Amino acid sequence: MKKTLFAQRFKTLASSLLLASTLGLAGTAAAEDPLKVGFIYVSPIGDAGWTYQHDLGRKAIEEKFGDKIQVKYVESVPEGAEAERVTREMASSGSKLIFGTSFGFMNPMLKVAKTFPDTHFEHATGYKTEANLGNYNARFYEGRYLSGIVAGSMTKTKTLGYVAAFPIPEVVMGINAFTRGAQSVNPDIKVKVIWVNSWFDPGREREAAVTLMDQDADVITHHTDSTAVVIAAEEKGKYAIAYHSDMSKYGPKAQLTAVTHHWEKFYIDQVQQALDKTWKPTSIWGGVKEGMIDIAPLNAVVPKEVAEKVEKAKAALADGSLHPFAGPVLDQDGKETVAAGSNMTDEVLLKMDYYVKGVDGKLPK
Amino acid sequence: MDTNTLILMLVATVAAAIPLIFAALGELVVEKSGVLNLGVEGMMIVGALFAFIVAAETGQLWLATLVGALAGATMALIFGFITLSLMANQVATGLALTIFGVGLSAFIGQGYTSVALDGIKNLDIPVLSSLPVVGKLLFSYNILVYLAFAAFIAVTWFLYKTRAGLILRAVGESPSSAHALGYRVIRIRYLAVLFGGAMAGLAGAYLSLAYTPLWAEGMTAGRGWIALALVVFATWRPGRVLIGALLFGGVTIAQFHVQGLGVEIPSQFLSMLPYLATIIVLVLISRDAGVIRLNAPASLGQPWHNELH
Repeated sequence: MKKTLFAQRFKTLASSLLLASTLGLAGTAAAEDPLKVGFIYVSPIGDAGWTYQHDLGRKAIEEKFGDKIQVKYVESVPEGAEAERVTREMASSGSKLIFGTSFGFMNPMLKVAKTFPDTHFEHATGYKTEANLGNYNARFYEGRYLSGIVAGSMTKTKTLGYVAAFPIPEVVMGINAFTRGAQSVNPDIKVKVIWVNSWFDPGREREAAVTLMDQDADVITHHTDSTAVVIAAEEKGKYAIAYHSDMSKYGPKAQLTAVTHHWEKFYIDQVQQALDKTWKPTSIWGGVKEGMIDIAPLNAVVPKEVAEKVEKAKAALADGSLHPFAGPVLDQDGKETVAAGSNMTDEVLLKMDYYVKGVDGKLPK
Repeated sequence: MDTNTLILMLVATVAAAIPLIFAALGELVVEKSGVLNLGVEGMMIVGALFAFIVAAETGQLWLATLVGALAGATMALIFGFITLSLMANQVATGLALTIFGVGLSAFIGQGYTSVALDGIKNLDIPVLSSLPVVGKLLFSYNILVYLAFAAFIAVTWFLYKTRAGLILRAVGESPSSAHALGYRVIRIRYLAVLFGGAMAGLAGAYLSLAYTPLWAEGMTAGRGWIALALVVFATWRPGRVLIGALLFGGVTIAQFHVQGLGVEIPSQFLSMLPYLATIIVLVLISRDAGVIRLNAPASLGQPWHNELH
């Protein structure tokens, strides 16, 4: 495979040129025009990570619907004005269902949605809806909780490390869920957090990971976009929990599991509804139950009892009997934020701005 | 803080400073010859990519490192041709080189983001590497780290102790005088630019082969720009470039340790600290305006061609 990468690249280029020219010739023939579907990605697809997982969804709908749909995507679209331009261009070139997969696409998409009332828009990770704009997101924190159980069971130093990008609710929610998962195994475990203030900088991510391991963390995880943290753990002979995608290739010994997103089913449903003309704007926040969040197969070093415990927790998350933020939830000072017997509401979750008990250090504000 | 933590911090500091040392030393030589090449980031990332490709395809890490340097030099050759032969504006060309390099590497590198690589390993010298303290501190890095320090000694010696270095500096001070004395100004500048490109390429190779053995679009994340700034703030002196690079790496690592220990300082402030500390220290040690004027190449950034004089 390795030797032919270059050849493949040029073959793809050549065949897409060929395809483009035949499409140009045959463009008028079809009896019923296919539904045009568009995807707008914030970063390059790559081979792992946030956009890669969305692109798996795109591939799934292409496979499922074949020539009933015509799919187009644009990578590396910066948030803001550029996103509006790309969205508008997609809508005006006939796309009838457009997915935008980054938080910062929300307002641009909303603006464009108003001028294209017949086009359906779906925005990931936002909170606004409109007559023709829906939003969708995954309950990442459920996967974080499960991975926390794994990390908590495997640590010997009772110290876990977390390389985090920016102190926004989504990231804080993940840290807290991970901590609660680990503490469900052993309440003495603490989680150290290092903020790198960047979504993507492999060098800094590595430096933060190495620092955490130097400070005694023996299982580390990350909420950043590269594979550097897993690679660093592999190099140092420690464990890691990957995020977004399965990164076991980069750390076969290190990766215990990975928290992964799965958008395939959601995209298939949306396209089906658009084809059936039953599409409606919805606000979907799917988790383990909906299959939007899962964890990668556990590393062989994870004992069977732990695997069973994780399986059980996963089933409980799916049937709703377990909530990662079921009361009592204590913050760092021991103050109760959710009383025993009740679960944290989604509204409170989405605004999470404090660390729970077990996280070391202070949350930057 | 115990000694062990301190040693770990120092080791991490050196590792973090290496790409800056390579790239900044290369740019220092370029600027000493009177040429300003702002394309360091672009040359670095192209070096990172081609080093990674060769390592992934052949598994030959030495060859890969060499190709990384050659790729950086090739980018520099483009810059040299446009600015030295065609006499285009150096600032604009350098900026374009960075944009070109980042884009080109993203395009060619598409298929390589999925490749996992066994990178360059740290040395494990019998006896020496296992000595207490010294072993970790001096004998446990990967080979490119030693190469960076060797490059520092070589560059310093070349610039200040050799005739060739003197000629290079003369070209940077007054190309017309150097020309009048019979030196081939354009050829000397070409060589300096190529050396700068190769060093930036090495910095890239260090990142993609040793530091974070992976390829990802934009993985140099601005280190080329930091290297450029280091050269200016170090007032074109190799020793201060080295201090600046180590300081930058050191403060970066130290602020992560502070965060890990849970000290209550906002992380946003800590993230800014390496830049702030490096600038302040370098400005303080180089605050003598006369010395700066003495060290700054007088013809920096000005196009020159022998037919014009």
